[in-house]
Amino acid sequence: MRLAFYSTASGNTARFVERLGEPAVRITAGDAPAMTAPFVLITPTYADGEGRGAVPKPVIRFLNDPGTRANLIGVIAGGNRNFGEMFARAGDVIAQKCGVPCLYRFELAGTAGDVTRVQQGLERLWQARTHSNAVA
Amino acid sequence: MKDFARHTPAARGINWNRVQDDKDLEVWNRLTANFWLPEKVPLSNDVQSWATLTDQERELTIRVFAGLTLLDTVQGSVGAPAMLADAVTPHEEAVLTNIAFMESVHAKSYSSIFSTLCSTTEIDAAFRWAEENPHLQAKASKILADYAPGADPLKKKIASTFLESFLFYSGFYLPMHWSSRAKLTNTADLIRLIIRDEAVHGYYIGYKFQRALERESAARQAEIKDYAFGLMFELYEIEEHYTAELYDGLGMTEDVKKFLHYNANKALMNLGFESLFPDSVTDVNPAILSALSPNADENHDFFSGSGSSYVIGKSVATEDEDWDF
Repeated sequence: MRLAFYSTASGNTARFVERLGEPAVRITAGDAPAMTAPFVLITPTYADGEGRGAVPKPVIRFLNDPGTRANLIGVIAGGNRNFGEMFARAGDVIAQKCGVPCLYRFELAGTAGDVTRVQQGLERLWQARTHSNAVA
Repeated sequence: MKDFARHTPAARGINWNRVQDDKDLEVWNRLTANFWLPEKVPLSNDVQSWATLTDQERELTIRVFAGLTLLDTVQGSVGAPAMLADAVTPHEEAVLTNIAFMESVHAKSYSSIFSTLCSTTEIDAAFRWAEENPHLQAKASKILADYAPGADPLKKKIASTFLESFLFYSGFYLPMHWSSRAKLTNTADLIRLIIRDEAVHGYYIGYKFQRALERESAARQAEIKDYAFGLMFELYEIEEHYTAELYDGLGMTEDVKKFLHYNANKALMNLGFESLFPDSVTDVNPAILSALSPNADENHDFFSGSGSSYVIGKSVATEDEDWDF
C-alpha cells in the first residue's frame, strides 16, 4: 500500500484518508506496521503553543523503524490554522527529521478541494516515480 | 431517624490514574500547557496605533470586542457549565471546568483591551450597544435556548461547538485584518491566544458529541444531523446580518463572509460532519490567513505548486528521547 496514516479517536484524519479513495495502512497506538514499499504518510498535528508533541507518539514509533523510514517519500499533515505558527507542524518536523518533502497541509478532516488536490498530487507523484523507475 | 445517606451514591474523588477516555487527559494537558492571562500581553504598545484609526474604525473595533465579550460570557457562565450534567467521565467534567474558566479569562481580556485603548464613556456605550443589537441578541438567544436546563445533551454540544468554532469569527476577522496592516499587533497577539483556545474547545466538544452520537439509533442520528445543519443555516443567516451591519461601512462585508463560510465548515468538521460551503466561497483573503497563522506558509507545499523544492523551516521543539534517529 502506498499510504499510511494515523488518526486519533476524533477521526479527522481517518475521514480525510477515507475520501481519498485509496487503500491505506492505519497506524494505531498499539500497532506500528512496517512499510516495505515506498509510501506517503498522513498524520495529524498535536503541538502545544511551543510546538511540543507535534508528532503523535505512535507516528514517532512507526518512523523509528529504519526500514519503514527508508520507504517514506513524503508527508501530508493535518492541523488547524487556529494554532498559528504551529499549523500542521507535524509535517515540518517529519520533513526535517526524515529529509522528505511536506507534500500538503489540510485542516481538520479536509475540504472537498483538499481531497481533490491531494488525489491529483498523489497521482502525479506515483506517475513520476513509475517514469523515473522505467528510465532507470 | 431514617438514614437518607445510604440511598445517595457515594461522593467520589476524580482519579487521574484511571482515565477511561484518553482524549480527556490529552485535552486537559493541551489546555493547561496553553494557559495564559491577558496581563502577559503588552497591550499598551498599541496605544499609538489606536490613534491612527479613524473614528469609524475605532467604533467598529470596540463594538466587535463588545460582541465577543458577550459570547465568551455566555460560554463561560452558561454553555460550558450546562454540559457538566452530561459529562460521561469525571475527567470530562474537569476539562469542562477548565473551558468555562478560560472563557471567563477571554471575556476579561477584552476589558483589558478596552481599559488600555478606550474611555469609560466609549466602553459603556459599547456594552449598551451589545445589549441592544438585535442580531447579536438573536444569536445569543438561539444558543441559550439549547443550553436551557433539561435541553437535549446532543443539541447542547452542537450549539456549543458552533459558538466556539463559528460564531466568534465575524469578530475575530477584524483584529486579524488590523494585524495584516501592522495595526494593533499586540491586541492581535492576544486574540490569537483566544483563537487557539477556541480551536481546542470546539475540537473537544465536537469529539464528545461524536462519541455520544454513535450510541444513538440511526433514526436519531439522522434527526440530530438535520438539527445541526438547520441550526447552522439559522445562525448563518443571523451572522450575515450582523456582519453587514458591522462591516458595510468599511466595505469589508464580502471578505468577512468568506471567513464565516470557512469557519462554518470547520465547525461542522469538528462535529464529524462534511463541510457545507464549497471552495469557491471559502477563499479567504490570504492576508487574513497569514495573520491567523504567521509563518505557517513559508514552507511551500509540494502539491500546491510554487516550485519543486522545499525549504526546511526554523528548528522546532521535538521530544528527542522518543526518536531513535
